[in-house]
Amino acid sequence: MADRAQPLTFQQGLGGCVAAGVALVLLGPLAAVALRAEEAARLTGADWAAIRFTVLQALLSAALSVGLAIPVARALARRVFPGRRLLVTLMGAPFILPVIVAVFGLLAVFGRNGWFSQALDLVGLPPIEIYGLHGVVLAHVFFNLPLAVRLFLQSWLAIPTERVRLASSLGFTARDIRRHFELPMLRATAPGAFLVIFLICTSSFAVALILGGGPRATTIELAIYQAFRFDFDLGRAAMLGAVQVGICAVAALLVLRFAIPRALGGSLDREPMQWEAFAGRGRFADGLIILLAALFLVLPLLALVGRGVDAMAGLPPSVWYAALRSLVLATASAALALALALPMAALMARRTRTGLELIGALSIAISPLVIGTGAFLILNPIANPVALALPITGLVNALMSLPFLLRALLPAIQQAEASQGRLADALGLKGVDRLRHAILPRIWPSLGFGAGLSAALSMGDLGVIALFSSPAQGTLPLEMYRLMGSYRTDDAQGAALLLLALSLALFWVFDRGGRLRATA
Amino acid sequence: MRHTIMATAFSLIAAAAAADTPVLSIYSYDSFVAEWGPGPQIEQAFEETCGCDVQFTGAGDGAALLARVRLEGTNSDADVVLGLDTNLMDAAMQSGLFAPHNVTVPELTLPVEWESETFLPYDWGYFAFVHNTDMQDVPGSFAELAESEARIVIQDPRSSTPGLGLLMWVEAAHGDEAGAIWSGLADNIVTVTPGWSEAYDLFLEGEADMVLSYTTSPAYHLIAEEDDSKAAAAFEEGHYLQIEVAGMLAGSDQPDLARAFLDFMLTERFQSIIPTTNWMYPAALPVDALPDGFDTLIMPERALLFDPATAAALRDDAVNTWLTALSR
Amino acid sequence: MLRLEHTVTKLDGFTLRADLTVKPGRRLAILGASGSGKSTLLNLIAGFVLPDEGNVIIGGLDRSRASVADRPLSILFQDSNLFPHLSVFDNVALGLRSDLRLDGDQRACVSDSLAQVGMDGMESRLPGSLSGGQQSRVALARMLLRDKPLALMDEPFSALDPGLRREMLDLVAALCDRTKLTLVMVTHDLRDVSGLCTDLCLLENGRIVLQGPLDDILADPPALIRPWL
Repeated sequence: MADRAQPLTFQQGLGGCVAAGVALVLLGPLAAVALRAEEAARLTGADWAAIRFTVLQALLSAALSVGLAIPVARALARRVFPGRRLLVTLMGAPFILPVIVAVFGLLAVFGRNGWFSQALDLVGLPPIEIYGLHGVVLAHVFFNLPLAVRLFLQSWLAIPTERVRLASSLGFTARDIRRHFELPMLRATAPGAFLVIFLICTSSFAVALILGGGPRATTIELAIYQAFRFDFDLGRAAMLGAVQVGICAVAALLVLRFAIPRALGGSLDREPMQWEAFAGRGRFADGLIILLAALFLVLPLLALVGRGVDAMAGLPPSVWYAALRSLVLATASAALALALALPMAALMARRTRTGLELIGALSIAISPLVIGTGAFLILNPIANPVALALPITGLVNALMSLPFLLRALLPAIQQAEASQGRLADALGLKGVDRLRHAILPRIWPSLGFGAGLSAALSMGDLGVIALFSSPAQGTLPLEMYRLMGSYRTDDAQGAALLLLALSLALFWVFDRGGRLRATA
Repeated sequence: MRHTIMATAFSLIAAAAAADTPVLSIYSYDSFVAEWGPGPQIEQAFEETCGCDVQFTGAGDGAALLARVRLEGTNSDADVVLGLDTNLMDAAMQSGLFAPHNVTVPELTLPVEWESETFLPYDWGYFAFVHNTDMQDVPGSFAELAESEARIVIQDPRSSTPGLGLLMWVEAAHGDEAGAIWSGLADNIVTVTPGWSEAYDLFLEGEADMVLSYTTSPAYHLIAEEDDSKAAAAFEEGHYLQIEVAGMLAGSDQPDLARAFLDFMLTERFQSIIPTTNWMYPAALPVDALPDGFDTLIMPERALLFDPATAAALRDDAVNTWLTALSR
Repeated sequence: MLRLEHTVTKLDGFTLRADLTVKPGRRLAILGASGSGKSTLLNLIAGFVLPDEGNVIIGGLDRSRASVADRPLSILFQDSNLFPHLSVFDNVALGLRSDLRLDGDQRACVSDSLAQVGMDGMESRLPGSLSGGQQSRVALARMLLRDKPLALMDEPFSALDPGLRREMLDLVAALCDRTKLTLVMVTHDLRDVSGLCTDLCLLENGRIVLQGPLDDILADPPALIRPWL
């Protein structure tokens, strides 16, 4: 109703400008690469094979992540146990881990010499073979299951207590609950979760190649890498980049017709008391599900700790400087991401626009290599890209985390508008004042969560710095790769553990800060 | 706040002072410029004599390095590019961005003749499969490797220089039989990684029995870690060479300094830094000047190498052969 | 003060047609069952919805397209009248300056209006620590402070118990008397109206079916109004 009556305000104009700017920064580099190409490109048979594999593994990964997340989230929503809060936080860690670190964590558990295979050996069974499509999907589920669980858990806990009590007073059976609570909730949440995970998996590269077991597991991102680095065929790189954007757009349009996920980052600390009336049912199954999920997600992290802890104290000084640089960069990048996401989310909260949603999802799917190279081509004539390496990395990292931040902020802002929007209108609150009094106080938890996620993702991402860096500017992930590239595996493992610890700590500080601010 | 202003002021003054000293900008790959790589020592050594400021810039690996230089084109700030190899040399020549070195080449310790007038080698090594010394029945040729049960990790030739090197190795040793060799190897290959470091890490983690690396890799473990448990397998068909080269850019604003650096590159001062930082054989240092430990390495009897033009011409077909054999 | 000229407002299959005049200083009660359109009517006057046809004249000017903030009116909602994170003082002060940068005179005005509703001494409390009646008083204080000629109330005080509600309605009546405020109030209870309102309009299915001075209507209740007595 209010929708109709709102003229375009300054704030909304700002949101539109920011969205247009984001689209420009994401697509401009693609155009720059295409313009620099010397001849028109054609997609080869190998490229089509890469496109097929990319879509196939992304579909499987997204379906499995979403499918497995449902029982895990339900179990977590229904059970109270000591350490639940810690478990929920730890379970979020894989999502913010740098890819290569997570792969080695997984291998320590599921590899030929991994704990799992060693356990099989004890009972006389051969080791498991992780390499192949199933390995790629396993790794993607490891990364993305936590995200999906978090989305669903949120929705479960958002079901009002009164309604659950009403249900128990009406003697609802498990089937009734499924029909009246769970299915509608999943219908609202699952398509969006599926989309986000699908998009993340489409730009996968190292995971797919390492665990895919060979060139059959070639993704579009690897083909882009090859086009840039080995063939120096910018036309083909731009073409493949455009294909990625196309897949993203099609997937997003299909899914957005179904639903938009609800808040990311509300109160997960809330004790699941409202399900107490049904707590007697499925206690054993829930416990087993939680245990399995915890083992799956936490064991690889433990393996990383075990591998890295000895080397951590003896890390070369450059690694510590890089860590400091990464912390500053991650914080700045999160601040920038917030500054971009707030006006965009404020606009999206008031008017539903598919275009905005698309821009919001675009940066997950677009190749960082294309953005980086394009930015390089654009900047090179005007400034020294190397001198700008850190700011550009910060900007690109901010853009990469934008979709998650929007997902976190949008529903919270919608709720704030629903409860306080009319009062703010009546008092003529506009722009900054409206944000300060009507919106911000209501969205601190989501803001903290989003900023934490953004900072942690930026911390762990190798990003475009690899294209521009000089030795004095390395970030922690880059320094870790440099260690790996010089036989210094132990130091690299120490750096990986440092990266894991710092990413988690950053996330925790922002997330916690948002919650404390909200209750202050 | 005041500190920031002061710091900025100081750095401006420092920059102004430094502006009087000419700057020699060198692009190289990441592991070369790293704190523990050869870069810092070489920078210090050259600055002692050149009266200049050496600035290293890292750009991924060799292939990324060339892509970077081609992206920058004639606007490049770089004076010297260090870290290409013979497989990339042809593309580098075709770009027209490099200038002849005009350096009097001293006696080189390469296993082959050096002819390029644009690029100069600074180190080299043989590709080889590295394994643990407790491995049983170490294969002595590609055929034996294909027949064995050994699990190997290799690099993708489309994204990695050693990966492309392996392709050339098979082509040089077996020519028309390359497809058959790859088909035979398919069931030995555990996985293919984007770069050398992931593959080597997988091997160290015990995911594979052998990894494609260099004959010099065991020297790292021996010298830096006092660990003699790694060895390289000698193949009877011979081993493919990787020769790493440097060249100066035609657009350099410091051509004399760049040439002086290429000169310096082949002196003992530079060359003696290479073995224990880059873990390769220096290109102009006698065998007896190598550090202890290098004498334990295998020394292939036959060195295989395509000249740059042949390597470039073969590449696409070789990659397709590889893709076809492994995609089945 | 307020005139709706042949307004037609369509929302989700529901249509409200209204033709209405409220003279300055009059206090109009809008009565009607759920779904009769009384909230839409109020939203139309406030500017939360815009008319598809006709004009909304407030203070002699056509405000049909003006945003809520640009209309010379104050609104009291059923609930959620206060920002929970702001103190009583700041909540009222928002009525003067949305950036809360008040000078000495303005601060005095805030304190004065709080005193008028009997909330002096509670300036630093947060809304959460107040009773329902006290929260309503704070919202009224802000309305006084904003000093707009037209006040809109959407079933005010409906969350309060009957005794307290009467007290608040009497307070509103006293404030209106003192400030010569024009009032439009939505209600579903005729008892709320007596002693406060001067005029009445009855809505059914999106149409005004009865309107006139309250005393006249109550003196000789037509059949339409009987169910509400």
